[in-house]
Amino acid sequence: MKGLAKYKGHAGSLILRILVILCTLISIAVLAWLLIFILYKGLPNFNLGLFEWKYTSKNNSMMPAIINTVTITVCALLVSIPLGVGSAIYLTEYSKRGSKLVKVIRMTTETLSGIPSIVYGLFGFLMFNETLGLGYSLLSGILTVALMVQPTIMRTSEEAILSVPDLYREGSFGLGAGRLRTVFRIVLPSAMPGIAAGVVLATGRIVGETAALIFTSGTSSNMAGLMESGRTLAVHMYTLWNEGLDMEPAYATGVVLLVLVVLINAASSALAKRLAVKK
Amino acid sequence: MSSSAVKERIMRIVFLIVACVSILAVALICLFLFRSGFAAMGQIGVLDFLFGESWRPGSNEYGIFPMILGSIYVTAGAIVFGVPLGLMTAIFMARFCPDKLHRKLKPAIDLLAGIPSIVYGFFGLMSIVPLMQDIFGGSGKSMLTASILLGIMILPTIVSVSESNIRAVPESYYEGALALGATHERAVFCAVVPAAKSGILAAIVLGIGRAIGETMAVIMVAGNQTAMPSSILNGVRTMTANIVLEMGYATGLHREALFATGMVLFVFILIINLALSCVRRKGKKK
Repeated sequence: MKGLAKYKGHAGSLILRILVILCTLISIAVLAWLLIFILYKGLPNFNLGLFEWKYTSKNNSMMPAIINTVTITVCALLVSIPLGVGSAIYLTEYSKRGSKLVKVIRMTTETLSGIPSIVYGLFGFLMFNETLGLGYSLLSGILTVALMVQPTIMRTSEEAILSVPDLYREGSFGLGAGRLRTVFRIVLPSAMPGIAAGVVLATGRIVGETAALIFTSGTSSNMAGLMESGRTLAVHMYTLWNEGLDMEPAYATGVVLLVLVVLINAASSALAKRLAVKK
Repeated sequence: MSSSAVKERIMRIVFLIVACVSILAVALICLFLFRSGFAAMGQIGVLDFLFGESWRPGSNEYGIFPMILGSIYVTAGAIVFGVPLGLMTAIFMARFCPDKLHRKLKPAIDLLAGIPSIVYGFFGLMSIVPLMQDIFGGSGKSMLTASILLGIMILPTIVSVSESNIRAVPESYYEGALALGATHERAVFCAVVPAAKSGILAAIVLGIGRAIGETMAVIMVAGNQTAMPSSILNGVRTMTANIVLEMGYATGLHREALFATGMVLFVFILIINLALSCVRRKGKKK
């Protein structure tokens, strides 16, 4: 063993090396255990009834939940993308570096990204359901999760915008374009892959969200309009557990969520790779 | 003024307003939570609420001390399981792993970060809980179970933040150590990792924040008893669990008390955020 000879008289180093490899193996084993377990429990429980258009307590269909998930995700992104990207544009292109306002904005965004989803849920309930009188509705859930993912979109957009070389901006100004034109024609298109990766990340968070939605968009099993209560896939899974009647449809829902997350992650890393290649 | 100059001005103001939404959001969250939280605490009594040892909404006893302890214990447990494993994995990924393997490992860790907490909860309920039943008997839902599950959940945070901080250490540290005759392992553990100390600390604080705020996974495996936590094999209820479990049917003072629980949790998070920015600032100064 040539490799081991290197460690003669360095037993401590050998032990460290083994420890590091062992810990990584454990981490990977945990992930594998989780994936295999969810698939193993979930896959046998799939049947066509789970995808019927209407939910009944007999078929436990997740179709309405899938549609609600799409509605909430799309609408929340429609709210949070302008907010997040707009703030990033202000911070990078308009504000003076080191101004007080910028510091405050950074501090509050950091605070927002550290707040747990259950606190967003309580806030959304107090603010949108009660004070604004929206009641349990998709709209109030949408506004809550939009606020929740806004910091994510803002941070990734800011990074992407900062990575656009100043040369581009100077070129654009030199050709006589104003600041606004430069931002929308030059900066944003070059920063697009980075912004998109952030948006995809936010999508993943919304799809998996439970605690912030239970008390805002509620747990009704119907396919909901904006002003009606409806549950997303993750909330559907929680409600099935909470009712405690049968767990089989919950396992199947877990598989669907898992597949969604895998797809979302793949999309995000593909976008990030495109950005890296460009650089 | 030309029309384009007007447009520039308007858009500048629009961007400014949009950027201020985050300030507004924090202000509103504070306002709403503190208002209803203080209202409840005023009625219950601040000390009775924070340090009361029994939570019996039926007989108007609202003490959340067991839940505060529960949250702290479970978070500490998560750190015990998650940090050593995560840190070692991060060191492996930053300094031991060939590029080819790294391209496979990184997405795996990202995937672990993306899995929704409710799925983690089901996983814990169906695999860790039975395992605990077999080993220790009882219901299997305990502080220990919750700690293990949370340890797994904070793993990706610890790994990715520590890894990027270890990678940011200048190569000269490593080379200097090698030149002094250190082995690869010794150079990494004695020169590179200590230099990334503040970044690793930031990763741990982030992990603490995630663990203490985690809700859905914890309620499925922690047992949720409101009694004072007595042993790691007994059930425990965290602040987050308290809110989700009772919010659905609570009314009046009971409901206010749940908002106050949320407020206490929020204050914990604010303290953790403050600690995080201190750690980061210290790291930058160096």
